[in-house]
Amino acid sequence: MVNLKLKLSEKANYLAFLIVFVSLGLASQSILAEEVHEPAEQIAPHQEQFEAGKFVIEHVSDAFEWHILTYKQHHISIPLPIILYSNNSGLNIFWSSKFEHGHASYHNFRIEEEGEHAGKIVELNEAGAVVGLPIDLSITKTVAGIFISVFILIFIFLKVAKSATSSTGRAPTGIQNLLEPIILFIRDEVALPTLGKDKSERFLPYLLTLFFFILIENLVGLIPIFPFGANVTGNIGVTMVLALFTFVITTFSGNKHYWKEIYNPDVPWWLKYPLPLMPIVELTGVFTKPFVLMVRLFANMMAGHMIVTVFVSLIFIFGQIGGPALGGAVSPVSIAFSVFILLLDVLVSFIQAYVFTLLSALYFGMATSDHH
Amino acid sequence: MGFVTPDYGTIFWMVIIFGITLFILKKFAWRPILTALKDRENNIAEALASADKARKEVAKMKTNQEAILDEARKEKNEILKEARELKTKIIDEAKTTAHAEGLKIVETARLQIEAEKTAAITEMKKQLVDLSVLVAEKIIQQEFKTDKNQEKLVEKLIKDLKFN
Repeated sequence: MVNLKLKLSEKANYLAFLIVFVSLGLASQSILAEEVHEPAEQIAPHQEQFEAGKFVIEHVSDAFEWHILTYKQHHISIPLPIILYSNNSGLNIFWSSKFEHGHASYHNFRIEEEGEHAGKIVELNEAGAVVGLPIDLSITKTVAGIFISVFILIFIFLKVAKSATSSTGRAPTGIQNLLEPIILFIRDEVALPTLGKDKSERFLPYLLTLFFFILIENLVGLIPIFPFGANVTGNIGVTMVLALFTFVITTFSGNKHYWKEIYNPDVPWWLKYPLPLMPIVELTGVFTKPFVLMVRLFANMMAGHMIVTVFVSLIFIFGQIGGPALGGAVSPVSIAFSVFILLLDVLVSFIQAYVFTLLSALYFGMATSDHH
Repeated sequence: MGFVTPDYGTIFWMVIIFGITLFILKKFAWRPILTALKDRENNIAEALASADKARKEVAKMKTNQEAILDEARKEKNEILKEARELKTKIIDEAKTTAHAEGLKIVETARLQIEAEKTAAITEMKKQLVDLSVLVAEKIIQQEFKTDKNQEKLVEKLIKDLKFN
């Protein structure tokens, strides 16, 4: 999760990581304050530069392995499958542990650390020179995170569905009781006002899936302990696919009226001829709508994760400037802010899931509306 | 990995995972859940509607009941009034009849008494006559030996004996 390359003394290193770990886990400040003060005298002389930028980017970015913690300079991480296809060696499937945390090459493949392809897997020739990029369909941390949360999602909702069908005519209980109001909210406050009664039934399964998928990915991303904590909705590829689904559904369910409004909108003729200004604007809108969806969700979740990590790295930055004592002194403030931002992120998780769903519903409503 | 450039591997897996999730949830979760929700809503709406209907019916029945009660009360009053009237009439009639009957009885009694009296008087007269005759006979036997004197005396006696 956090690829800390702090070459502090063993104990300090351990404790430093503990601070990151526990602060992300919303622990109380008092415990942390005690823990931080201890390593003051034991700090190692050969302290390597703490790169806050790198630390933050590594935290929020995707990775080929699921890093859990670094203990005594050993990286403890869950290996994930690497799936590569190259023209030279065909299909290659192996565990990411073969790369030894990016330090080794395996089967002529290596994770590039610098340059144009930084962070990507490159193919090497016998001499060790880069010959190209293989087709990379690896199960990265993000993909693994999606798998895990999707299993949770499906498990929860199949359970709800089961209890919904078996307890017909009775009051809902347990998890069904918890989720039904949310389902009803999506149905009555999101789908019905934007789509109307008939069409909402058609789009409701997608909208519900979208809402709960985004919500669970957002929330699970905030839990810093494996198997959670992958920054899934803060990955632009993920939000792009979500936006793409909305775009495809909008485009395919667009009726005659929708397309007419795009290519021949009700505006004065000189806005359409000789220069088709309005059609261009409208057509751009078709693509900007999903683009905005993609960026909004990505940016919100990414920013949340980044700010939390930045506040945590503040401890180490101050620790570097004024020694561990200053770092320790700053930590309560840092942690307080991290907790605040994390709680804010919980709110943002709900808001972003709602906004994405609402806007998707609005676009579907626009694409299928009959009157002006 | 640059975090603003979408990675095609992630996109590839995401499309597959999201697609499958959408399919599974649509088929096995949303359909039963939404159906159950709708069923329950319909049930509640129906229950409310029927409760409303029942309430209205009860109100209607109450009105009916009141009307029936009113009618019954009216009828009762009428019956009571009638009964009272009847009673008065019967009593009156009875009184009249009794009076008449009484008069009749008195009249009959009077007539009977009259008749009895007459009969008694007649009887008495007859007996008196007989007695007188007997007395006279005895007197006559002693005083008058002739028929002429006898007759004169009888006639005179009867004349005197005439009942006033």
